[in-house]
Amino acid sequence: MNDSNSKWLITFITAGDPSPSLTLDYMLALEKNSDIIELGLPFSDPMADGPTIQKANVRALKAGTKVKDVFSIVKSFREYSEKPVVLMTYYNPVYVRGVENFVKEAKESGINGMIVVDLPVEESSDYLRACEKHGMDTIFLAAPNTPDDRLRVIDEVSSAFVYLVSLYGTTGARDRIPETAFQLIRRAKKICRNPVCVGFGVSKEEHVAELIKAGADGVVVGSAIVKIVEEYGRDASDKLEEFTAKLRKGLSPHLL
Amino acid sequence: MKFGEFGGQFVPEVLMPPLKELEREYERLKKDEKFLKELDYYLRVYAGRPTPLYFAENLTKYAGGAKIYLKREDLLHSGAHKINNTLGQALLAKHMGKSRLIAETGAGQHGVATAIAGALFGLKTEVYMGSEDVERQKPNVFRMKLLGAKVIPVESGSRTLKDAINEALRDWVASFEYTHYLIGSVVGPHPYPVMVRDFQSVIGRETKKQMLELEGRIPDCIVACVGGGSNAMGIFYPFIKDKSVKLIGVEAAGEGIESGKHSASLCAGKKGVLHGMLSYFLQNEDGQILTTHSVAAGLDYPGVGPEHAWLKEIKRAEYVSVTDEEALKAFSLLSRLEGIIPALESAHAIAYAIKIAKEMSKDEVVVVNLSGRGDKDLEIVMKIEGVI
Repeated sequence: MNDSNSKWLITFITAGDPSPSLTLDYMLALEKNSDIIELGLPFSDPMADGPTIQKANVRALKAGTKVKDVFSIVKSFREYSEKPVVLMTYYNPVYVRGVENFVKEAKESGINGMIVVDLPVEESSDYLRACEKHGMDTIFLAAPNTPDDRLRVIDEVSSAFVYLVSLYGTTGARDRIPETAFQLIRRAKKICRNPVCVGFGVSKEEHVAELIKAGADGVVVGSAIVKIVEEYGRDASDKLEEFTAKLRKGLSPHLL
Repeated sequence: MKFGEFGGQFVPEVLMPPLKELEREYERLKKDEKFLKELDYYLRVYAGRPTPLYFAENLTKYAGGAKIYLKREDLLHSGAHKINNTLGQALLAKHMGKSRLIAETGAGQHGVATAIAGALFGLKTEVYMGSEDVERQKPNVFRMKLLGAKVIPVESGSRTLKDAINEALRDWVASFEYTHYLIGSVVGPHPYPVMVRDFQSVIGRETKKQMLELEGRIPDCIVACVGGGSNAMGIFYPFIKDKSVKLIGVEAAGEGIESGKHSASLCAGKKGVLHGMLSYFLQNEDGQILTTHSVAAGLDYPGVGPEHAWLKEIKRAEYVSVTDEEALKAFSLLSRLEGIIPALESAHAIAYAIKIAKEMSKDEVVVVNLSGRGDKDLEIVMKIEGVI
């Protein structure tokens, strides 16, 4: 997905929040300082998400955001940028559309990879088959309590990168990166062939630097970005660019 | 372990180890004589098992067909079948060394049953409840508090039962080391649907034994209401292999299926994945889960247990629906004819049992699972009838 050896800043927003017509602007603002954009497909029951992203989901659905709108947003984005886009979704929208059908449409719209939050490896055979067929990258999550043998399997079925969940909890900004994150990075770096990127609770430039220093190949920042969208709405683009430029500095901790 | 294609473990990775631990511990304890004896003791001496199987003679005469028997789960401590499961799971949690219980509740019945078990076994109990439901079900909120539980209003999503489940799962993701999530129905990721069904199967086992004593035979038909489906699964399960027994699950048609205001996931939903399981859900074409309606809060859930989905698929059980209006009629009918005020949930089963008994011959037998008593619903019915 990204050939360079440099570290990745992955930035997340919920598609359609607060309105589908604004998402493209936000993506173009994020794109300037990001290596990968993670686009959240809004869902009525986002059980792995904390209050910030829950509210974003509610706003996006209230604005009438449909799955097909999310695909067309990515299509439009592709007219301006080649930056990789990863779709973060819950399994139901994928399942209901027909797994293969969903993956095919997603790929055709320009999505490079998928993260399905509530789809553990055990349930993923149909999904893996469809992704293989259509050249879609599959990013699985690992948690602090994922044993080594599971981590190995997760790495095997993942492409692009493995998403390390930093803590026991839902998404959402926290003051500090917990020890569980560093322990997981150390374990994952020994086991995984894929790059490992850390998310959940990462919201500041210092967090980014700490994680990169600890060996992470990339970081995912979500809720802190969604908060900016919540606060500034229509005028969020400049703020997003400013904030991600700051985060980006954390990728080169030796320069800080 | 799946029911055909249904069930499974569709959860974030972090919950896989705790689910495996739960599965392992449950498999071990369900064969442990001491655990089973202990559970049996509390079910008998504390909850009031076995519950009677009562021949409803007046109701039978009224319907004018098959004999109607009522399995009196309404007579249990707490007033409903929910306690069969909460005692089982709370005891399991204690054996697993967990110090805290969390639960979701819609109307508050499962929350109350969890609070009771938490008080009994000395486990700290916190119950998630949609803020809409907290407002609508004040007496149960007070009951839970009285029993020492903390009630946490859920402000997210549609602020009802499904959101309370989401919030309980969010809690569990961060607290599984010392917390047991006590799910109240045959829903959720494996092993919950199996475990809750097993704890509720005592209803069906007793029914079989009692029916053999009373009639010298097994029933021709069993009728139970289905929200998530725990009381139905509990009475159906021991009869699944008895092919002559017709199993009928009654869903809530609310204001009518065509109105869109209902909770009939099996009758009107589509296959999907939510709350850790593949089953039937009320959802739109994008897979967004819809809000539901039923006069019976305990049936007001947009999904259904995966084993029911499977029983429907293999045509072992039949699923029908009954409207609010029909259920309310059955509510007052049973009260007047038998002196038993049923829960509005159970009234759905009564309403359908009357219909089907009419079409059956007088030497046939129908059993209705009277899953709960109706005291909790008086305020709702009084409002509908304009008394308050």
